[in-house]
Amino acid sequence: MTLAPIEVVRREAVVPVPAYDPDARTPVGVWLKANLFRSVGQSLLTLAVAAVLLRILWFVLDWGVFNAVFYTTDPDVCRAATGACWAVVVEKHRPMLFGLYPYDEHWRLVLMMAIYLATVVLSLWPRCWNLRFLVPLWTGAVLSIGILMFGGVFGLPYVPTSEWGGLPLTMLLFTGTVLIGMPVAVLLALGRRAPLPVARGVSVVFIESLRGVPLITILFVAVNVFPLFLPAGVEVNKLLRITVGIAIFFACYQAEVIRGGLQAIPRGQYEAATSLSLTYWQTTRRIILPQALRISLPAITNHIIAAMKNTSFVIIIGLFDILTATTAVMQDPLWRRFYIEAYLFVAAVYLFFGYALSRYARQVEKWIASGRI
Amino acid sequence: MTHSAQIEPTGAPVIQMRDVSKWFGQFQVLHEVDLDVGKGERVVVCGPSGSGKSTLIRCINRLEVHQSGQIVVNGLELSDNVKNIEKIRRNIGMVFQNFNLFPHLTVLENLTLGPMLTRHMKKAAAEELAMHFLHKVRIPEQAQKYPLQLSGGQQQRVAIARSLCMEPEIMLFDEPTSALDPEMIKEVLDTMIELAESGMTMIVVTHEMGFARTVADKVVFMADGRKVEAAPPEEFFGNPREHRTRAFLDQILKH
Repeated sequence: MTLAPIEVVRREAVVPVPAYDPDARTPVGVWLKANLFRSVGQSLLTLAVAAVLLRILWFVLDWGVFNAVFYTTDPDVCRAATGACWAVVVEKHRPMLFGLYPYDEHWRLVLMMAIYLATVVLSLWPRCWNLRFLVPLWTGAVLSIGILMFGGVFGLPYVPTSEWGGLPLTMLLFTGTVLIGMPVAVLLALGRRAPLPVARGVSVVFIESLRGVPLITILFVAVNVFPLFLPAGVEVNKLLRITVGIAIFFACYQAEVIRGGLQAIPRGQYEAATSLSLTYWQTTRRIILPQALRISLPAITNHIIAAMKNTSFVIIIGLFDILTATTAVMQDPLWRRFYIEAYLFVAAVYLFFGYALSRYARQVEKWIASGRI
Repeated sequence: MTHSAQIEPTGAPVIQMRDVSKWFGQFQVLHEVDLDVGKGERVVVCGPSGSGKSTLIRCINRLEVHQSGQIVVNGLELSDNVKNIEKIRRNIGMVFQNFNLFPHLTVLENLTLGPMLTRHMKKAAAEELAMHFLHKVRIPEQAQKYPLQLSGGQQQRVAIARSLCMEPEIMLFDEPTSALDPEMIKEVLDTMIELAESGMTMIVVTHEMGFARTVADKVVFMADGRKVEAAPPEEFFGNPREHRTRAFLDQILKH
């Protein structure tokens, strides 16, 4: 048996491999070929998807921009056009954004929203996280927002909460839910893991019974059943009752999220704190919670965004948040057929706040990862 | 069978354990253990894993609760009396196998937390104290870093400094070098040797027999939750009385 001679001559030319450059960018053509047109099947799929996407894009532009009416006070102009009628948003933006609040007092709500947004933005900034700044800031904000919303002083006409509405109402409900709900959630989560059996029992019953019930049921109880338990003559504001109702529902879900974070803390952290003679509350506040909340931050954000949208449940007590106010405004027979545009506007408002929240949460995660907070 | 009666503590007893027993459920981890530790005495506890040596020292600052017997620290008995537990814990520092540093705090904050919260020191004074002990363990330059940015050996030295910041009279070490890479064991042992030379009362659970030989006043051998033998190192290594001790030493000194 003879063996084939071994070839030792290189047939192909040696192509020098370019030195590795970490900053090098892939040329567009190469990227397209590698990701979109690697095979015949893939190329066909790419073309088919592109055709569908372009069709949708064309429709959106055609309907939403090219043939749309952006400004008119006459609904007949809109009716004649084939595209969207954004004029409805221009025409109706005040009742949509501000609900039943007296028309001549709307400037108070604009000012309130400016104060509110400035306060929130400042509070979310780590550089401002010290109580010497935050306490006066929030005291000032709550007082001035209260004065603006209620009125009755400084020559401002009094406006009862039953006439509050629109975006300011959504903001207040959402803020109230988070500010009341988060501390309750932390306490419930701690309670569920507490060494005291009583605290454990109360937390478990509370969380499990409220979590098992739809939000709307809790709100009906807050609105219709709770007043029956109050002594005659005592009345708790409806808006406050519903805020607490949403907040507690939020807290029960959030508590379970935080409990997940608590369970991820190794036992050694508790033991190290104990060996330094820290008390339960010192250990919880300084060692356990800062770590547990960091761990559960993505899920916490998730529930906060959900809570923002749950505020639209105030419809059941006849309050007009931005969504309900829009529904009411769209009863106007002249503009009624353009409800899609109106709801798209409301959706855009929700999307703006929801996306801002999720971007902020992502930034917080980055700060945590870099050790800044 | 125990031999503790034959050993005189070098100082007044600060820890006295009498007939200490403990169960995890049905399983008895400690069987009537006696142990006396005098002031300034260095005790090394060794034994195969599962012999109850970690549980024994964790009972001394009540990370574990013993079910029968008596533990007296500085004249105070460990019982359900919360005040006594607090007083005893304040006098005892503990170093863990896995360091258990607080990962969300800087090294300096890890060190100042205890003094500020439990000894009510001002921040400046606590930081001065912390830097003093960081110098002692030779890593003052790491003060502003986070624990996970340090090597294992550095983390363990931070943990030792953290305990020392409470200025305890007694230090417990629960396998302080077992989680370290070999090249880092020495730096931690050196720190512990310096601490021993400063006169600290120490109880060290370890497999480092070299450390036991040079530093310990007394070596305690445990197996199956019982104290099998306790003797000064020269006697313990040179002439172990018990068959089980000899078997254990053969096992770990062979290589």
